[in-house]
Amino acid sequence: MTDKLTKTGAAPGEPVASSGAPSDAFLDVRDLKIHFPTDDGLVKSVDGLSFQLEKGKTLGIVGESGSGKSVTSLGIMGLHTVGQYGRQKARISGEIWLNGRELLSANPDEVRRMRGREMAMIFQDPLSAMHPYYTVGHQIVEAYRVHHPVDKKTAKRRAVELLDRVGIPEPAKRFDNYPHEFSGGMRQRAMIAMALVNNPELLIADEPTTALDVTVQAQILDLMRDLQKEFGSAVVIITHDLGVVAELADDILVMYGGRCVERGPAESVFYEPQHPYTWGLLGSMPRIDRDQTERLIPVKGNPPSLINIPSGCAFNPRCPYADVPKGGITRTQRPELALAGDRHFSACHMPQEERTRIWTEEIAPKL
Amino acid sequence: MEPLLKVTGLKKHFPIKKGLLQRQTGAVKAVDGIDFEVLPGETLGVVGESGCGKSTMGRLITRLLEPTGGTVEFQGKDISHLGVGGMRPLRRDIQMIFQDPYGSLNPRHTVGTIVSAPFKLQGVEPEGGVRKEVQRLLGLVGLNPEHYNRYPHEFSGGQRQRIGIARALALKPKLVVADEPVSALDVSIQAQVVNLLDDLQQELGLTYVIIAHDLSVIRHVSDRIAVMYLGKIVELADRKSLYENPMHPYTRALMSAVPIPDPRRRGAKSERILLTGDVPSPIAPPPGCRFNTRCWKATEVCRTQEPPLVELRPGQRVACHHPENADSLTIPGARESVEITKPEAKAKPKPEPESPKAEAAPKVEAAADVEAEAETAEPSTEGDESPKA
Repeated sequence: MTDKLTKTGAAPGEPVASSGAPSDAFLDVRDLKIHFPTDDGLVKSVDGLSFQLEKGKTLGIVGESGSGKSVTSLGIMGLHTVGQYGRQKARISGEIWLNGRELLSANPDEVRRMRGREMAMIFQDPLSAMHPYYTVGHQIVEAYRVHHPVDKKTAKRRAVELLDRVGIPEPAKRFDNYPHEFSGGMRQRAMIAMALVNNPELLIADEPTTALDVTVQAQILDLMRDLQKEFGSAVVIITHDLGVVAELADDILVMYGGRCVERGPAESVFYEPQHPYTWGLLGSMPRIDRDQTERLIPVKGNPPSLINIPSGCAFNPRCPYADVPKGGITRTQRPELALAGDRHFSACHMPQEERTRIWTEEIAPKL
Repeated sequence: MEPLLKVTGLKKHFPIKKGLLQRQTGAVKAVDGIDFEVLPGETLGVVGESGCGKSTMGRLITRLLEPTGGTVEFQGKDISHLGVGGMRPLRRDIQMIFQDPYGSLNPRHTVGTIVSAPFKLQGVEPEGGVRKEVQRLLGLVGLNPEHYNRYPHEFSGGQRQRIGIARALALKPKLVVADEPVSALDVSIQAQVVNLLDDLQQELGLTYVIIAHDLSVIRHVSDRIAVMYLGKIVELADRKSLYENPMHPYTRALMSAVPIPDPRRRGAKSERILLTGDVPSPIAPPPGCRFNTRCWKATEVCRTQEPPLVELRPGQRVACHHPENADSLTIPGARESVEITKPEAKAKPKPEPESPKAEAAPKVEAAADVEAEAETAEPSTEGDESPKA
């Protein structure tokens, strides 16, 4: 389509890296880098990630373990310790604009006041995310009163209301239960209630259903969809499960080796994927909704070490198309995200016509 | 064909002991009476949610646990209560692949030691020597035979799972029980291991029992599938029948709950059955059908009588009083077993869902503590009653 535009990252819709100018988008992450110095070397967990998200929309971040998805979410929440606190000292650069405010350069106290109120997070494992010594109700009330100067009674009313909204039976009674008295699905509901108690505008859910059984997962996904309609927040959902993103996300971002390899509207990422890694993910997945394919088409090799990310495209050692001639571009050159369709970007050196051909002729028929 | 493995009325109750005297106050009924057989060369998939007893079942048939009741027959021989010595010669034929590729390999042993351990334990001297055989096995599972002297931590999760598979195959077993063999692995690696298991079965004529919670994986690898719920098998059928025509409401709900990786089908809520609540505790399972507390079709009979696992269609055994998709039953005996339940079903004042009323039906049932999403196409309940009435 628009191959000419693809040389730089400045195609329409693509954020200009580190411009310093405030952004129109509700959430605008620009060239985010999060590195951790370790004894073995610098771990480049996130290495130049940019995306935007509007209010009321859901972005699904997909990737395998170690691709940098969770580190990204903690980075947006400002939960990586920088500098003097703790032993883990993350080196963070780039910009994160939330509602016209830049978070990385902001005063930590200011970010702390925003956390919970303007942005909240749902963690994967509610049993370790909740404090075992306090009742569920107490913890929700606490989250509310940090941001709202109300008495305990009012806060309790609000907490019970929220517990009821997320589908906990007999919320007033359950208010006084401890986390261990809840089942896995109920804990996840309580956790969602806690995240929503302050009406946050940005909600980050990191593998919210991974620890749950499939029937409970269906309940939680349904709940999240309804709540988003009701609360109108922007949601970032992080998962390794393509089924979950297909259920919830408007846009999908595929991460590999700390970078985005493909990003676009959910439908075009699923139906016209542009990156060989996305093809690999789709081919690796047994599908319950399709006729049995005889064999899965796995991605060969293993995910890269983040200390020693392959030069050039991080996927190149595993890419079956790495040897396709690309007009003089060598393996060590890193592909940048380039426009490959309507709001659809991908980072691959192969010419787009070639990729479209491979997908429609070689990959799609086998899925 | 003679079944390789035959399980009858298998039970495992874990006692709960309390107080100073450690008196038994109850039992976790992890597996509570299951029957199935595994034919040579096939793959039986066992699927269910956490706590349904599928892993305990796997440990019972490999005799890592001793059953509380029932029998396990391997090649016609009752192995349910054999001791360690009695089991030893059989261990060659029954091997297990574990879920956690980190916990199941001794970190202080080299890969060579790990994979050759079965030879040592069984006193087998493979042709051409142990080292050569281990290297052949490593090659067979797609690892570099040169890595003989490396330690488990030098391998990635997927590679470790391959080591576990090589160890399980060392003694050329007849039956391999794999408990969640791919659930700890990343998607792209998962596919590699699934394909490997497939190839090995073709090459070595293995028989598998694969236990997993992922319905897509189970569908991909299995010939026949057993669906478990709270220590019981609720449905046992070949893959095609099970996925195209699930007859137990739980099977249907389970399959409809799997998120489909296709954004165009998003919010196809009509297809999805949302079960409310959680699985009840296996310490005190509900009386009658164990699924009755979450089932949208439950009637009085479900709360009092436990449905037996009966063959309702050729090769499809179901334990339900009100099976789904039951209109085209072909086995005469099966008709009767469904018909027995008919008077009670009719006696209920609650209208059975009919296709035109499908929208309204769930609301009625929501009151009965069961909230089911509308089932758009629901001729089944109609179908199994009216033709016979």
